[in-house]
Amino acid sequence: MGKEKIKICDEFYDIMPPEYRELVDSATYGREGRGWKDVGVAKELIEEHSLCAGCPESIAFRYVMACLPNPEDTVMVGSTGCTSLVFPHVAVHNIHSLFGNQNAIASGLKRALAHRFPGKVKDVVVLAGDGATVDIGLDMTLQSWFRQEKFLTICFDNELYANTGGQESGLMQKGFVSKMAPAGKKFDKVKLPEIAQESGCHYVATLTVSKPNRVEKAIRQGVLIAREVGPTYIQLYTPCILEIGKQAMEGLQEMRDSEGPNERFAFREYISEEAKAYLASLEKEKKPAAIPSQG
Amino acid sequence: MEANSVIGTINKKGQKIVEPEYLFFEAPRQQYFMTGSEVVREAIRRASVDISVAYPITPQSEAAAMVGDLYVEGYVGDYFRGESEFAVMSQCAGASFGGARVFTTTSGPGTLRAYENFPMWAGSRLPILINVMVRGINSPLNIQPDTLELGMILDTGMLIWHAETGQELFDYILKGYIVAEEPDVHLPIAVVIDGFFISHTKDMVMIPSADLALTPYNPYRSPVPCMDMEVPPVRMMRDPFVMKSNYISYATHASWQQEIRAAIERSRKHAIRLLGGLIEEENSDADILIVSSGTAVAQGREAVRLLAEEGIRVGIVKVKTLRPFPHEEIRQATKNAKYIFVPEFNVVGWMAREIKAVIPDNHRVIEGPHVAGGMTMPPEVIVEEIKKTLAGKKEVVHG
Repeated sequence: MGKEKIKICDEFYDIMPPEYRELVDSATYGREGRGWKDVGVAKELIEEHSLCAGCPESIAFRYVMACLPNPEDTVMVGSTGCTSLVFPHVAVHNIHSLFGNQNAIASGLKRALAHRFPGKVKDVVVLAGDGATVDIGLDMTLQSWFRQEKFLTICFDNELYANTGGQESGLMQKGFVSKMAPAGKKFDKVKLPEIAQESGCHYVATLTVSKPNRVEKAIRQGVLIAREVGPTYIQLYTPCILEIGKQAMEGLQEMRDSEGPNERFAFREYISEEAKAYLASLEKEKKPAAIPSQG
Repeated sequence: MEANSVIGTINKKGQKIVEPEYLFFEAPRQQYFMTGSEVVREAIRRASVDISVAYPITPQSEAAAMVGDLYVEGYVGDYFRGESEFAVMSQCAGASFGGARVFTTTSGPGTLRAYENFPMWAGSRLPILINVMVRGINSPLNIQPDTLELGMILDTGMLIWHAETGQELFDYILKGYIVAEEPDVHLPIAVVIDGFFISHTKDMVMIPSADLALTPYNPYRSPVPCMDMEVPPVRMMRDPFVMKSNYISYATHASWQQEIRAAIERSRKHAIRLLGGLIEEENSDADILIVSSGTAVAQGREAVRLLAEEGIRVGIVKVKTLRPFPHEEIRQATKNAKYIFVPEFNVVGWMAREIKAVIPDNHRVIEGPHVAGGMTMPPEVIVEEIKKTLAGKKEVVHG
C-alpha cells in the first residue's frame, strides 16, 4: 500500500481532524531510516495502548512498530493474551483468530500474499506471548519453521500467562511459584531459542527491550532475513511487573537485571550462513546508495 | 463490475474465465464415470482456487492428494500438507484473510479436531470452501460412513450443503464458491458428502470442458477488509475494535452473531437461483413421505420404488441445504403428510430433530430408520420401517 492511499484529498484537508492530518503528514511509510527514534514523534502505527501502566510490553510494542522496515506492506498476526489488547490500536492490518494458531495463520497468509502479489514485498510478522508460542501453539510454531515459512515470529516472553492472571507457562523459570504451579515450577524454562535454531530458523535473537537500538537491529534483521531467506525468531523479555510483584517504575531495572552475562536474557544471536551472506549483500548494496540519500 | 472485467480472459493455465451461470447451466457437458474423489479434482480444476491445504485422514485423503496433483499441473496456486486439522483450518484462514480463494477437505475426527476454527471462519467472514466427507467418530476406531459429525457442525455459522450424488458434489463445489463469496453472504461453506458412498463410488457425472474456469475470487467484494495492507487499516479511522467488558462490547458480539445468522439466511436467494430450490420434492402430496439429505435420500428413492410395486405410494423430500435450513419449504412440502419418515446414517437422529423443530403436528415424524458405524441402509430396511408403522405395530427389538 503506497502512502497515496492514506492521503487526504485537498478539498477536504482543512475539515479533517488535526490528529488525522498529523497521522498522514508524519507517516514514516517508505522512509529508509525509520526506527526506534521515531517513538513519540511518528504515531501513525501506534499511539495509545491498553496495557498496565509501566508494562514493558507496551514499550516493546512501540519499538517493534517503529522498527518494521516496511509497515505499509506488513501484515501482523497476533494471538490471545495481553498483546491482543494492543492490536486493536495498531495501524497495520493485524489478525487475531484463535489462541495458539498464530504461526499457522501466518503460514497461510504469507503464501496467499506471495501468490497474489508476485514481485512485491509483503512482510508477515507474528507477535504473540509465550503461552501462545511455546505451550498451546508449540506444534504450529515449530512446524512453520520446519516448512521454512518466510516470516518473523516474535515472542513477548513474560514467563507466565499474564492476561489470565499469572499461571505457570513453559517459559517460566524452574522453581517459580505461581498459579497452577503452587509448589513451584518443576521443570526448566523451555529452551526455545536453541530449538528454533535446530528447527531451521535463519536468525534467532534473545534479548530484553532495555536497549532500543539493539531491539531495532534485531527486528530489522528478523524481518529482512525472513523475507529473503527463511523463518526467523526473536524472543523478547517483557516482564509482567504485576505478576512478579514489581512496581510500575521497576520494569526497566528488572530487564537490566536479567540481561547480565550469565543471566537468562543475556543477549544471544544466531545467524545462519545463508542469512549472513544475505546481510553482507545488503551492506554492499547500501554503501554506494548511502551518499545521495543523505542529501 | 470489477469481477466482470475478467470474463473472457485467459488464465495462466490457458482456461477461459466464463460467467458462472454459463459454466453451470449452458456450457456443453460431457459424461464421465468417476469416483467422488475424482469429481472433487475435476471441480477444483475449474474453480480458480488460489490455495489448498491438505491433511491425511480416511476417506478424504485421496481427494486431498489429487488437489496436490492439480497444484503441480498449475491449476491451484499453492498447496501443502499441514500438521493437523486444527493447523490446516488455521492455515486456510490465514490464506483467506490474505484474499485467496481456499479449498480444503476433512473427515470425521478431523472435523472435530478442526472444530474451533469453524466459528472463527464464520465470525471473520472467510468464504473458505471445505469438502467434508463424513465418517464415524472414534472410539472405538471407525473409518466408515456415518453422519454424526454433520449434526455437530450445524450451528458453527457455516453454510452447509449436503450432496446426494457425484453430480451434486461437482456442482455444489463450483456453485458454493459463488454463493459463499457474495458480499451479502461472505461466509464459509461446507459441501458435505457421505464418505465412501460418494467419495469412493463411481458415478455418472456430466462435466463441462476443462478449458473453462470459474471467475476468480475478488477479495475486495467483501463486507470486511482484506488483510493485505492494500486498504488503509482500521485504526487510521480511529475506530478500534471494542475489547472491553462493557455493554457495548456485549452488544457488538451479540449483534455480530446475529449478523452471521442473517447472512446465512441471505444466502437463500442465491442458493435458490443456482440450486433450483433448497429442497427437491417428488410426489410430496402422498400420505407417506421420506425426508432426509445425502445418500439416505438415494436409499429412500429405492424404497419408494419397492413400495410402489406393492401399491403403496410414498413421496420424497430431499433437503439440499442444512444451513440455511429450508424450514418454510419443508413445512409446505409436508403439510399433507400423515407419516414423515427420516432415515439417517447416524445414531442420534439429528435430522429428525431439525424437521420436528420446524413443522406443526410433529408427532407425524418417525425418527428412522437409523444405521450407524458404517452400516449400509438397504432400501428394504426403510420399507420395513414404513410397513411396521402402517401396521400400527411399531416396536423396537433389541438384540
